[in-house]
Amino acid sequence: MVNAIAQHEQGAAAPPETGAAAPAGPAPALPPSCGPISAQVLGTLFGDGPPAGWCALVETVGDPLTDLDFQLGLWLSYEPHYADLPGLDRDPEWDPALLSLRAALEERFERALRDLVGELPTGDPVAVLRRLTGSGRPSPLALHLGRDASREQFIDYLAQRAVYHLRESDPQSFTLPRVTGAAKTALAELQYDEYGAGRPERLHSRLYANALTALDLPADVHDYLPGVEATVFTTVNTMSFFALHRSLRGAAMGHLAAFEATSSLPCRLIATGAHRLGLPPAVAAYFEEHVEADSVHEQVAIDDICGALVRAEPLLGPDVVFGAAACLAVDELAAQAFWARWNADPEPTGEAAS
Amino acid sequence: MTADNCRRETPEIEVAAPTVVRGATVVAAADGVLHRIDRPVVALCGCGRSAALPWCDSTHKVLADRSS
Ligand code: FES
Ligand SMILES: [Fe+2]
Ligand SMILES: [Fe+2]
Repeated sequence: MVNAIAQHEQGAAAPPETGAAAPAGPAPALPPSCGPISAQVLGTLFGDGPPAGWCALVETVGDPLTDLDFQLGLWLSYEPHYADLPGLDRDPEWDPALLSLRAALEERFERALRDLVGELPTGDPVAVLRRLTGSGRPSPLALHLGRDASREQFIDYLAQRAVYHLRESDPQSFTLPRVTGAAKTALAELQYDEYGAGRPERLHSRLYANALTALDLPADVHDYLPGVEATVFTTVNTMSFFALHRSLRGAAMGHLAAFEATSSLPCRLIATGAHRLGLPPAVAAYFEEHVEADSVHEQVAIDDICGALVRAEPLLGPDVVFGAAACLAVDELAAQAFWARWNADPEPTGEAAS
Repeated sequence: MTADNCRRETPEIEVAAPTVVRGATVVAAADGVLHRIDRPVVALCGCGRSAALPWCDSTHKVLADRSS
């Protein structure tokens, strides 16, 4: 829960608990912990040794996918791969204590993800990806953002998603050296486009930062941490988990394909919502870029990345499907969290996007 | 995998799909207007119903849903 977050003893002033983002201001403080798991990970980042009874503690978590303490802890354990944590004067990236904590979290996390997706569809993985992502019906969440969301809800959505989009596509870059041949070429091509196609001002993460800045919101991930939903962390942790394990490269690429292939139509709706609410042009611009870009990325990710990957390594087929199914299932968990935050219910989606 | 479970499960109905083009710097739309390309790869609309012609904007998925 957003308001249940306690400040870690080494943390600085508490951020406002508004559910939306903290205002732009001084450099972000150390992220807060919110329970025994995230507190232990935070302590380990600062150099504490491995705790006794860690695996037993991890097993006490009922549903890791919706548990904020678990997901924040896992997120913190990945963070040294992406950025310096404020206030940390050591480098914990390859600290064995941190890695051993994380291994136990990941083991529990993977079990929960596999339970969530259940039995996987069989068949040609590319055909399965097409089927899983083929719907032209917009998600209820995108419909709501497009048509009905209040300004407050829309901005809440942007603030929650900031924890990913301010680092858009970075997890998948870890997979690049882990795939070969045509799949590597296609992944590099997709990432090049995500990274601005040669123009730093077109970095997708930069476009998102521009949208936030235009709304007077901060553009540093760490500013958003105190209010991030458990399941929003889950969406990001799923990407880091897949991308940082070579053995899960199939899942990482299946996840990417599902992510890209379910983006364009929702982005068009969300851009409409940004215009409807009269938000600064940079907000709609981010989503409008993704209408066209992700229509291409869908084709590249499904055919050229995943298709090439399973041709080169047929045994990765089930992992590709698992990654895609996990992406869709975890996205749905996050969508449920937004409905709960806004005390709203999804509307039936009888109607298509255009 | 057996030949049987490798069969395509979907789609039953083939709807026009985009054409992926690499390495082009300009594309001529149906109306003759030239469009600069600044992506490494683009998807050209094949269904004719995109709101962003000549680019695919995924409208073809909406059409496929409606026709199934
Ligand atoms: S092929 Fe026409 S919108 Fe995609
Ligand atoms: Fe993007
Ligand atoms: Fe994309």
